[in-house]
Amino acid sequence: MMADSGPKEVAVIGNTELTSAELDNNIINTMVEIEKGTSLLRKMEISVAEAEKRTGKNTVNMQEIYTVYLIETRPVDALTEGITPDSLWRRYSEFELLRNYLLVTYPFVVVAPLPEKRAEIVWHKLSADNMDPDFVERRRVGLENFLHRVASHPVLCNDNIFYIFLTEDKDWKEMVYETGFQAKADSRLKAVNAAFRVKNPDGRFTELKHYSDELQTVLSQLLRVRARVADRLYGVYKVHGNYGRVFSEWSAIEKEMGDGLQSAGHHMDAYAASVDDILEEEEHYADQLKEYLFYTDALRAVCRKHELTQFELEMVALDLACKKQQKEELVTGTVRTFSLKGMTSKLFGQETAEQREAKLQVLEQQLKEGEEAVKEKNTETDEFVKTAWVDIERFKDQKDRDLKEALISYAVMQISMCKKGIQVWTNAKECFNKM
Amino acid sequence: MSRTIDAVVSPTQTNTIPADISGQMLDLDEDDDLEVFSKDLTLADGNMFNASMPTSPGSMVNQCKFEEDEESDSKDIFITVDNPESHVTAIETFITYRVLTKTTRSEFDNSEYEVRRRYQDFLWLKGKLEDAHSTLIVHPLPEKFVVKGMVERFNGDFIETRRKALHKFLNRVADHPILSCSEDFKVFLSAQAWELTTYKKQGPGFLSRMGETVRAVANSVRGVKNRPEEFTAIQEYVEDFSNKIGSLDKVTQRIVKEQKEYLEELKEYGPTYTLWSGSEEELAEQLKGVAGCIERCCKETEEQVGHLSDTLVPVLHEYVLCAETLKAVLRRRDNIQAEFEAKNEALATKKVDRDAESSDLGFVWGSLLGKNPEEARHQRQERLDGEIEELKEEIDKLEDRVEWANNALKGDWGRWQRSMRGDLKSAFLSTAEKNVDYYEKKR
Repeated sequence: MMADSGPKEVAVIGNTELTSAELDNNIINTMVEIEKGTSLLRKMEISVAEAEKRTGKNTVNMQEIYTVYLIETRPVDALTEGITPDSLWRRYSEFELLRNYLLVTYPFVVVAPLPEKRAEIVWHKLSADNMDPDFVERRRVGLENFLHRVASHPVLCNDNIFYIFLTEDKDWKEMVYETGFQAKADSRLKAVNAAFRVKNPDGRFTELKHYSDELQTVLSQLLRVRARVADRLYGVYKVHGNYGRVFSEWSAIEKEMGDGLQSAGHHMDAYAASVDDILEEEEHYADQLKEYLFYTDALRAVCRKHELTQFELEMVALDLACKKQQKEELVTGTVRTFSLKGMTSKLFGQETAEQREAKLQVLEQQLKEGEEAVKEKNTETDEFVKTAWVDIERFKDQKDRDLKEALISYAVMQISMCKKGIQVWTNAKECFNKM
Repeated sequence: MSRTIDAVVSPTQTNTIPADISGQMLDLDEDDDLEVFSKDLTLADGNMFNASMPTSPGSMVNQCKFEEDEESDSKDIFITVDNPESHVTAIETFITYRVLTKTTRSEFDNSEYEVRRRYQDFLWLKGKLEDAHSTLIVHPLPEKFVVKGMVERFNGDFIETRRKALHKFLNRVADHPILSCSEDFKVFLSAQAWELTTYKKQGPGFLSRMGETVRAVANSVRGVKNRPEEFTAIQEYVEDFSNKIGSLDKVTQRIVKEQKEYLEELKEYGPTYTLWSGSEEELAEQLKGVAGCIERCCKETEEQVGHLSDTLVPVLHEYVLCAETLKAVLRRRDNIQAEFEAKNEALATKKVDRDAESSDLGFVWGSLLGKNPEEARHQRQERLDGEIEELKEEIDKLEDRVEWANNALKGDWGRWQRSMRGDLKSAFLSTAEKNVDYYEKKR
């Protein structure tokens, strides 16, 4: 599941507007750079090697059991093949912290999701138990995948906090908090508010939001049904195991048919046992789908951010328009809209010329600031749209590729399952023929 | 060797048939012949039957009045059961089946018969056969009605399953060298409806049957003292076999159930992919492909389930019934043996009596009537001896028959079951193969 490390470009974070020519230029530059190996994944081997249980006291000072994962890193270099990797232990909550940091710091990036915190959408063999070894194992793979995705992302891989996450054991948490990212986080309320009141969001983002909603619905339904199908299939196979048992018992009392029955029984047992492997492999497919299910959240986050910036822009522009109008009123002396000033002046008499002049000055200043603000917001919004869209395109390509691959390997899996089935039954048939 | 049937497919065997076969019942080389022949006419049942009778007492064969010509031939009687029809009368509604017989046997007047029979008629026939040959194994009939109740009697599937079972029943009887010679069988195949009714009324009345049953019960209570080893072994075998078949029946039904549930879920699975393809651009093709494949899987699974239900379940069921029949036969055999033993005991006592010189009532009585005591004694001796001898013979014969019938059937079973299973497995295989093809198309 190594993501392709050939991204389109590295988005420049800053206040410069990028023209399309410059964008292309950047692409060329980064291509060159990538060949030199800027993508972290090229430079480093990252793996989540093991998982262990630890006990310790949690925040409310109660004993708890939790799992930690060993992260190993090693520079990719022909010369260092033999060197033992650096390693450190991290628990799931630290991964979460890292991801939240990335989400806030790079709101225009579709950040890869983490594997499930708790086991959901399971089929009957797997209990919803976080300590279950199979679940822990799948989570380990999921975490490794997450790290690979981040490390191969053109923007995210350069982040320092990420790098330290991988390499420095102590004080990482403090460092993260020091970045003050939590303050930068947009409140949920603000975002929802913006989503409702925004007037002119970029159409593409609206579409994207719809798509991610659809995808989420479809995928969760698909995963649920798949789990039920797997359950049933398991049942079918296992009942055939009963055949094996009865055949063996029966072969004991038969003379001519005995041998044939016995071997047929063995084949039935093998058939019943084979379902475990089959379903294990299918879980892998399910995990791939789940990753994209969770990706929809990240997509929606980007859309929300866009709506927010757009909304803020609109607010600022509105504010500016308001101020302009006020100035006009002041200058021309007409009161077109109701205002407290108007009322008070009516009630308490007109202002003096100096007062008006003073007000005008203030307004002029505000207007200037307002225009600056609008310009700023404008560029911010544009910038966001551009960089976000770049990343979204990247994501789309990645998704198409990954899912195509997943579907193909699923098909291959099914074929091999059928081939095994054919083999078992052919053997059984021979045994029966010999009876 | 002349053959009395025209539509013969040339045999695939190359061995020559020895010329002196006329005295013997059958030749192993006939197998190919039988097989080929039967396949043509879809009466696959008695294929291997004949091959498994190695030591058939010649005397019994002669009882059946087989003509020499026919011995080396394949079947000379073909029976089909088809065309169920429903009849409504004032009292009840019932189904009749058409029984079509084509035969070249001499004991039949015509060569073709077409009659309609209902289930009760089959029951009657079976009863008669069992009465006449209580230690032979008669193939079981399908059960009276499905547990679910009256309504099920007229359900299409049920009727079809029953029809097949009835067809098998008649053919098995026809293949059995002794049973097929039964007069009752002949009447069953050839008589018109009203003739049959009349014929049924003849025969041992209710009371005599009661008497038999009472005796049987009495004997079974008495128990068997010296059952021969082999029958004990057979008894144990039948017990175990019945258990195993019962289990297999249950397992298979369970599998069918699970498959059905699997199918249900699978039916929902496909459409989700179709739904998904609606949202995607690049992936739409692939997703639709997946949905299509899953749908085909559904169809295949449905077929498979159907096949299982139609083929394996009825067969297993039949053999469950067979096991029951076997048990009944064994019991009857035991009864006979019990009688034999009882009679032997009586014999012993009578012998003692006979040898006793002491005065006894009969003796005195005889003398009163003016008979010569010596004579009387001799007469009695003779009479007793006669009785005893008769009994012994009868019982020996019966035991022989049992053994023979048993072996025959067992051999038949084994191979027949095998071919049934073979069919089943190839069904599974074809299903799996189809799955493979369709999945490969996913790419």
